[in-house]
Amino acid sequence: MLLMPEMLGESLNAFARQGYPHETCGLLLGVRRGDEHVVSRVHRARNLNVERAEDRYELDPADFLAADCEARAAGLDIVGIWHSHPDHPARPSATDRDGAWPEWSYLIVAVGREGVGEIRSWRLNGGDFEEETIKS
Amino acid sequence: MTTVTVRIPTPLRSYTQGADEVRAQGATVAEAMQALGTAHDGLLSRILTPEGEPRQFVNIYLGSRNVRTLQGMATRVAEGDVISIVPAVAGGTP
Repeated sequence: MLLMPEMLGESLNAFARQGYPHETCGLLLGVRRGDEHVVSRVHRARNLNVERAEDRYELDPADFLAADCEARAAGLDIVGIWHSHPDHPARPSATDRDGAWPEWSYLIVAVGREGVGEIRSWRLNGGDFEEETIKS
Repeated sequence: MTTVTVRIPTPLRSYTQGADEVRAQGATVAEAMQALGTAHDGLLSRILTPEGEPRQFVNIYLGSRNVRTLQGMATRVAEGDVISIVPAVAGGTP
């Protein structure tokens, strides 16, 4: 399960809308409580894939490092990754699966011309993604 | 022998018994990584190619610098340096 205050979800919505029609991405900081990820901060990161920014993202590792340093200093951890799917459902693609790491939550924000649609979160279980519940 | 701290990202902590950072000794990044691999079975193959270079989906930082922008794995380390293993994070729409 992913626990995330509504306010942080609204921040992600705003990031996704601002970035549209390009993909936006970033990191979820928080703590792990058993099998739950409790998110307390969200970070936006640069998408280094400028050539295919409409349908691919490559999170800037320097932004990852900065978020990791901040998290450690605050007694937090990077518990997940978020990214937007412009004009596509919030369901992980084969590309998402190929680039995924275990243990993290992968939160996807569907965004279109009309605004943000659904937000869903997924975790790797073996080689496939399984959806997890999001609660605020 | 120089001792450095190696920061382990969450997806690889199953190889370090859950530790988010560990100590390793070596004069270069490569030596520290080899020491890390000796202490934590299975970890090295997730980080480095058989030739000893960072895998495609892994970045290795010394302090705030990607070692690819320094002298690569041959970059020398100093006592107390921090090496961060940074997973490449990528994906996209169908």
